[in-house]
Amino acid sequence: MSTASTSSSAATLADPLAALPGRKTDLVPLLVIVAFGLAAMPLIGSSSTWITLTVAALAIGMMLFIMASGLTLVFGLMDVMNLGHAAFVAIGAYAATSIVAPINPWLTSESTVQNIAAVVVIALVAMLVTAAVGWVFERLFIRPAQGNHLKQILITIGAMIILDQLVLVLWGANQMLLPLPASLRGSLLFGDVAIERYRLIAIGVGALVFAGLVLMLQRSRIGLMIRAGVENREMVEALGHHVRRLFVAVFVAGAGLAGLGGTMWGFYREQFTVSIGAEVLVQILIVVIIGGLGSITGCFAAAILIALSTNYVSFLAPDFALVSNILVMVVILLWRPRGLYPLAAQ
Amino acid sequence: MSEHNKAPLLRLAGVHTHIGEYHILQGVNFEVPRTGVTALLGRNGAGKTTTLRTIMGLWQASNGTVTFDAADITRTKTPDIARSGIAYVPEDMGIFGGLTVQENLRLATLDGKFDEPRLEWIFGFFPALKRFWLRPGGTLSGGQKQMVAIARAIIEPRKLLLIDEPTKGLAPAIVQNLADAFVELKAKNTTILLVEQNFNFVRSIADHVVVMDDGRVVHSGAMAALIEDEDLQARLLGLHPVARA
Repeated sequence: MSTASTSSSAATLADPLAALPGRKTDLVPLLVIVAFGLAAMPLIGSSSTWITLTVAALAIGMMLFIMASGLTLVFGLMDVMNLGHAAFVAIGAYAATSIVAPINPWLTSESTVQNIAAVVVIALVAMLVTAAVGWVFERLFIRPAQGNHLKQILITIGAMIILDQLVLVLWGANQMLLPLPASLRGSLLFGDVAIERYRLIAIGVGALVFAGLVLMLQRSRIGLMIRAGVENREMVEALGHHVRRLFVAVFVAGAGLAGLGGTMWGFYREQFTVSIGAEVLVQILIVVIIGGLGSITGCFAAAILIALSTNYVSFLAPDFALVSNILVMVVILLWRPRGLYPLAAQ
Repeated sequence: MSEHNKAPLLRLAGVHTHIGEYHILQGVNFEVPRTGVTALLGRNGAGKTTTLRTIMGLWQASNGTVTFDAADITRTKTPDIARSGIAYVPEDMGIFGGLTVQENLRLATLDGKFDEPRLEWIFGFFPALKRFWLRPGGTLSGGQKQMVAIARAIIEPRKLLLIDEPTKGLAPAIVQNLADAFVELKAKNTTILLVEQNFNFVRSIADHVVVMDDGRVVHSGAMAALIEDEDLQARLLGLHPVARA
């Protein structure tokens, strides 16, 4: 053993819990995304249009990431294919509309602080409602289909239809309104580039959620169990940890995050119907697949990539917007068949 | 010696295990005493791994009882079995490739904290672990992974270690290291149930032996008696004098 490694080991072992794993970060997928964005600039022509499209894509990408993050952990941890995840997005958005009336004085206030507080309260309540629905959903629809993918696909699609119908029964079939408070509307001008305030907020919230999830996964004991459970569930149980309970917690938290994503998406669109969830389901699934099943970093990178490609192609060739998502998925899977950030082999 | 201390640590009584339509264990009966190393021997497909997995609750016994430290654990969930004091090292070692060695071991602690003297004791067995401490498990060699797997099993005091074919695919020098580690663990009063096919490896460290064939126990007794009886070795394990040399 070299002197250097001996001293480094000794320092680490003195306080083993303080040491962070010395992993190499794979920057290639992130560089590819940056290159993809820069490559689109000459095609779009105007730099201000490119910046506007890119910032909008980052905002949409962050919301997609928030909606998909719970699903990728559930896929990875328990090998559960929950195609009903989009229902949580719709429930989050609809639950948010129910808080608008009681909190309207804050929403319509001229105080920015009260406006922001109102949005935070709405998002928190929507998350709690969606998390509670997620807990019931797990018991009713996921548990009976454990270990059978075909059953999971059929049952969770059926469950999404049931939940969508329940939403219609509870809130009606009319278009719902989720207006942004006045202080969060409008744009900020940077030279000749106008950037919507809400897009910057969405980027900030997405970055916070990403940082929070990465910290939780890398630094906490629950995160350690989740990362290990994604690799080898059986061995985690053999070490004395109840993966089943962990899975329920992750499922409920994932549903809550989808509810947060739904609320943010609802504020972004300001009016929507019950199909708000189903409309993003395909993109959520593409994000989970090309990110690498169970990988939060992959989910984050994939969400940004998909949003960028959708926005650029929508501007350059609107008819090919959805096809571009599929094309990106094919190219990524040909390059990295297990996704942008595959988890370690079992 | 009290009645409790005379009772075996682990007892399997008439254990049957089905995996799908296959009837793997067909009435397994044996006991593991409270001290020493018990070797579970038998040819491929005899049911040794299934026996360990059934004890751990990873596969449910369809009939019979598994008793550990006087408690019936036949229907107990795997995490609770682990917490009752049984550690398991599977045949594939079960190392988490994306987790560092440190994280692999930390996951096996009950409260997330290392007992420093115990950690140093483990480093005494496997000094190389210090060098690989922050390296992801997936980058280690087979022998290094086996060290991590065994270190992980003993990072908390356990009443019983279940170890499945630890020498499989390892170089002879590493096998000798493992043998030395098992001897020292035994000296520290750790009880081990060791599945092996390598009779030369277990004969030097095991005190008791259980031989399985076709999902049943066909022999159990003292290892010393089996070592002495070459005819019994030939009959039970198919070992001939040339193979034993």
